[in-house]
Amino acid sequence: MKLLKKKMAITAMILALIMLALAGCGSKSGNQSHQEPAVQEARLSGEIKIDGSSTVFPITEAIAEEFIAMYPEVKIPIGVSGTGGGFKKFVNKETDISNASRPIKDKEAEAAKGAGVEYIELKVAYDGLSVLVNPQNTWVDSLTVEELKKIWAPDSTVKTWKDVRPEWPAEEIKFYAPGTDSGTFDYFTEEINGKSGAIRQDFVASEDDNVLVQGIAGDKNALGFFGYAYYVENKDKLKVVKIDNGNGPVEPTFKTIQDGSYAPLSRPIFIYVNKAALERPEVKEFTIFYLEKAKEIVPQVGYVALPDEEYKKGLSLVK
Amino acid sequence: MEVRTEQNIYKQKKSRNIRIRKAKNIIFYSIILGATGFGILVLGLLLYQILKTGLAWLSIDFIMNMPSRFPQKAGIKSALAGSIWVISLTALFSFPLGVGTALYLEEYSQKGTWLNKLLQLNISNLAGVPSIVYGMLGLAVFVKMLQFERSILSGALTLTLLILPVIIVASQEAIRSVPETLKQGSFALGVTKWQTITGVVLPYALPGILTGSILAISRAMGEAAPLIMVGAAGYVAFLPSSPLDSFTVLPIQIFNWTSRPQEEFKNIAAAGIIVLMALLLFANGAAVMLRNKYQNRMD
Repeated sequence: MKLLKKKMAITAMILALIMLALAGCGSKSGNQSHQEPAVQEARLSGEIKIDGSSTVFPITEAIAEEFIAMYPEVKIPIGVSGTGGGFKKFVNKETDISNASRPIKDKEAEAAKGAGVEYIELKVAYDGLSVLVNPQNTWVDSLTVEELKKIWAPDSTVKTWKDVRPEWPAEEIKFYAPGTDSGTFDYFTEEINGKSGAIRQDFVASEDDNVLVQGIAGDKNALGFFGYAYYVENKDKLKVVKIDNGNGPVEPTFKTIQDGSYAPLSRPIFIYVNKAALERPEVKEFTIFYLEKAKEIVPQVGYVALPDEEYKKGLSLVK
Repeated sequence: MEVRTEQNIYKQKKSRNIRIRKAKNIIFYSIILGATGFGILVLGLLLYQILKTGLAWLSIDFIMNMPSRFPQKAGIKSALAGSIWVISLTALFSFPLGVGTALYLEEYSQKGTWLNKLLQLNISNLAGVPSIVYGMLGLAVFVKMLQFERSILSGALTLTLLILPVIIVASQEAIRSVPETLKQGSFALGVTKWQTITGVVLPYALPGILTGSILAISRAMGEAAPLIMVGAAGYVAFLPSSPLDSFTVLPIQIFNWTSRPQEEFKNIAAAGIIVLMALLLFANGAAVMLRNKYQNRMD
């Protein structure tokens, strides 16, 4: 009995220590936030729940970071359930804002209506899809949309580069593409093959774009596509393919994506804000802050900012 | 003459037999040595890789900063606090539940009945269920049905379910190892069953129970999938102040960083892995220490 009591005492002590350590962390952070000079009316508080696309996540995260620096009392947890998963929570009123790398689907919009959720849709940035080959690949400089379609179609007969253009070598192409759960995959298949999800079956798939980067960088006959931000960070390892939409080959750059000349592989990405939540001052302030800061922050995290008037349009919707 | 040749043949056979057996011995020895070496080699490579990339990024700031979009400023404070919260609660829930179940199954329930066999079978089966399945269960039961929302409490309860079978099985093994003679001796003194359990069975089995439990809890510390399922966030820049707050944990934060395009985030992911490893080592070290302490006392 004595033994056991001692053991219990030890266990209790360990638990108490952990709790103390946690409490210590808590109070320190409190001090920190007080030390920072209170910028403007730092009286906003509450919690803004956000979830959704992993593509939009870096932007929202960066904006939240800036926002918290100004309003340290506001809590902003951001989840990454994917666009579809995010909308499910949004419709269930579990979140205030939903990150989305595609517009809301009719089915989702109906579900929202059925649940009494009203929302506004705000464009926040462009994401360019880039098509890439290995730097040792000297023959491919550009591809037309028609050729892309021929290569990636579900019933494609393309096996070697020669099948795409006769003057190219007869070496077998290795295909790389994002996993079927990603918005990037949906978008590419819809734009190029005409139907979301329609694609040839013999490609290496990964939900992690960094895996695709490694794959293409290490394989002379690789051909793949993924988000523009991942190309920007790995320019030295990859060669980007210009896309010809009938108006001559265009290389994806911040400029060509923004002015829309890099078509059809650039897309807008969105946030959806619950109208009822927008009544709350912290959500409203955050949304306005988002649109005002986006121009500066979006390029920092590897995406392309919208033209000014698009953000102004968004602001007028919020105010 | 005949006899001698036979003996000769016998001798020759014997020496050949011994040579073959010795050769077999060496071959088998090198195979198992290779097997051990392979594991150590892979572990060594992994450690080298992670320490090489991560060590330079590890600093007090890294531990005391919130996550950020700038890798230089990013830290793991919220993830570390979240992990400690979740794990403390998980330990708090799972230890009494697991040990209690094991005590019931070993000391009270009728062995050999179909109900007991069914329970045993289910517990061993549950120990092998993929963690994501527990995540879905947690989402349905704790988040939706019991309305705990995407909170630390939901996460801790989900992890409790995940490691409960492991704790139960480990505790059962430990309790089974208590010598029958000790228990009989205790009963012979006229004490009750409960007194025998607290006075003899538990103290004797405690080292084994602790080892199993802490290993199970270490496993829970490394889990990301079920927590993503119950809605742990990817970005949290505040410290949770109650079990009902939103949270993130180390494995999720690390996963988040590895999937970023920028190279630097992979480095801080490595630094995060080092912190997670340190936490795990600390937990395992505590297990060993506790075990030795109680083992000595028993002797």
